[in-house]
Amino acid sequence: MYVAVKGGERAIESAHAWLAEERRGDTDIAELSIAQIREQMKLAVDRVMAEGSLYDPDLAALAIKQSRGDLIEAIFLIRAYRTTLPRFGASKPVETGAMACDRRISATFKDLPGGQVLGPTFDYTHRLLDFKLAADGEVPEAPTRETVPGDVPHVTDFLNREGLIEEAPQDDTPPPDLTREPLEMPADRALRLQALTRADEGFTLGLAYSTQRGYARNHAFVGELRIGAVAVEMDIPELGFAIEIGEMTLTECETVNQFKGSKTEPPQFTRGYGLVFGQSERKAISMALVDRALRWEELGEDNVGAPAQDTEFVLYHADNIQATGFLEHIKLPHYVDFQSELELVRKLRREAGADQVPEAAE
Amino acid sequence: MKDTFDENNARKAWMSLLAKALEGRVATLLDATMARPGFDWLRAPEIGSAMVRGRAGGTGAPFNLGEMTVTRCALTLESGEVGHAYIQGRRKADAEAAALVDALMQGQSAEQVRSGVLEPLEAERASQTSKRASKAAATKVEFFTMMRGED
Repeated sequence: MYVAVKGGERAIESAHAWLAEERRGDTDIAELSIAQIREQMKLAVDRVMAEGSLYDPDLAALAIKQSRGDLIEAIFLIRAYRTTLPRFGASKPVETGAMACDRRISATFKDLPGGQVLGPTFDYTHRLLDFKLAADGEVPEAPTRETVPGDVPHVTDFLNREGLIEEAPQDDTPPPDLTREPLEMPADRALRLQALTRADEGFTLGLAYSTQRGYARNHAFVGELRIGAVAVEMDIPELGFAIEIGEMTLTECETVNQFKGSKTEPPQFTRGYGLVFGQSERKAISMALVDRALRWEELGEDNVGAPAQDTEFVLYHADNIQATGFLEHIKLPHYVDFQSELELVRKLRREAGADQVPEAAE
Repeated sequence: MKDTFDENNARKAWMSLLAKALEGRVATLLDATMARPGFDWLRAPEIGSAMVRGRAGGTGAPFNLGEMTVTRCALTLESGEVGHAYIQGRRKADAEAAALVDALMQGQSAEQVRSGVLEPLEAERASQTSKRASKAAATKVEFFTMMRGED
């Protein structure tokens, strides 16, 4: 418990003034603009949008500037801003099959319609510090090549044709929304996916890694990873038809996992799914692995007691704003709480005769 | 029936284009095309959000992915046409310009607005999209098999 205490206003004001000064840093160094953060710290911006659960690159860049680069603090600012917005509606589900892909790779098929497109990736870089970036320099324009028109179908589409993989049949049940109703168990897959897409990247990565190391192993292959732009379409009631209200970059990961079969059904691959705002492939792959692990019950697998199989554990600890809010609140004044603890421990010590010790030392 | 359908499709296309235009672009093109007509607000520009949905497995049951910022407004021209705008981001001035274009596209100056605003916007968009696509194409892997020296 913490109680309202008066006092400290001047100290707080001075602390905030100093924070503003420290945020700016050395004034001999040029100040960062929002546009610079948006364009040059793009993956940080993407992470803030994904975990802040609001797609707006300029706002995310502002939050990063305000938080001095503390991304969880930036996510907190975005979440707080989000609650002030009236909601105009919900979009139609985005068509990731129609994505304009910057990147599209499959670890399961070498030759696939649409090809393996690497995109602007860190993969195959040497991970050596590039000191050229420390000096100003022009970046040469990236090479281009003529595009070949044609669809870039989901990899699972052609595994489906052979019946080798479980289907994801279309269904139009309106999904539950954890921003409107409290997150309660049991959580269906739609609710789990919403929680996972805004979950902390580090937590999701750790859980996903635990499944790879054997805690609810389900042997995932990245069937497909794609990053690119999709249009967002929404029905506009006053018009009576749907229009595109914008466009966003998304990262989608489909895993192909080991089999499920029964006496009546032949074995087939199962699937995990990750879809995240921005270019965030580590998060999308992690999400797909954790999604797959959480599906143990519907797939008739054993609960081996692994953390990644425990829906309640995963969903109630994945949100970094909830977590940091509760964690950091213990640094705020708890004088009254602590006073009662002090009295209790003194009483216990008196009863045990321990209070004579200091006198003996005199 | 068919007429309304086609009419809606054309309007859907231009409203979608206006929603995705870069900041300030619609206003600049509109002002270069004509003097803005007088209008009354039906709904003054308002910033809000839309919940964006995805589907499990890309094709299955929908789930809530997260929100995006949206600005909307509606207005009536002096000549009576009603224009609506729903555009991405927090951009009230752009929403006003987009709603004006939507209204003007339903009136006498439709052709002028089409060639002065929509066509340049479409061309700019097509050029950005194809530039990105051609960079992606340059990163497409060409596999080749090495001769194995076993025989």
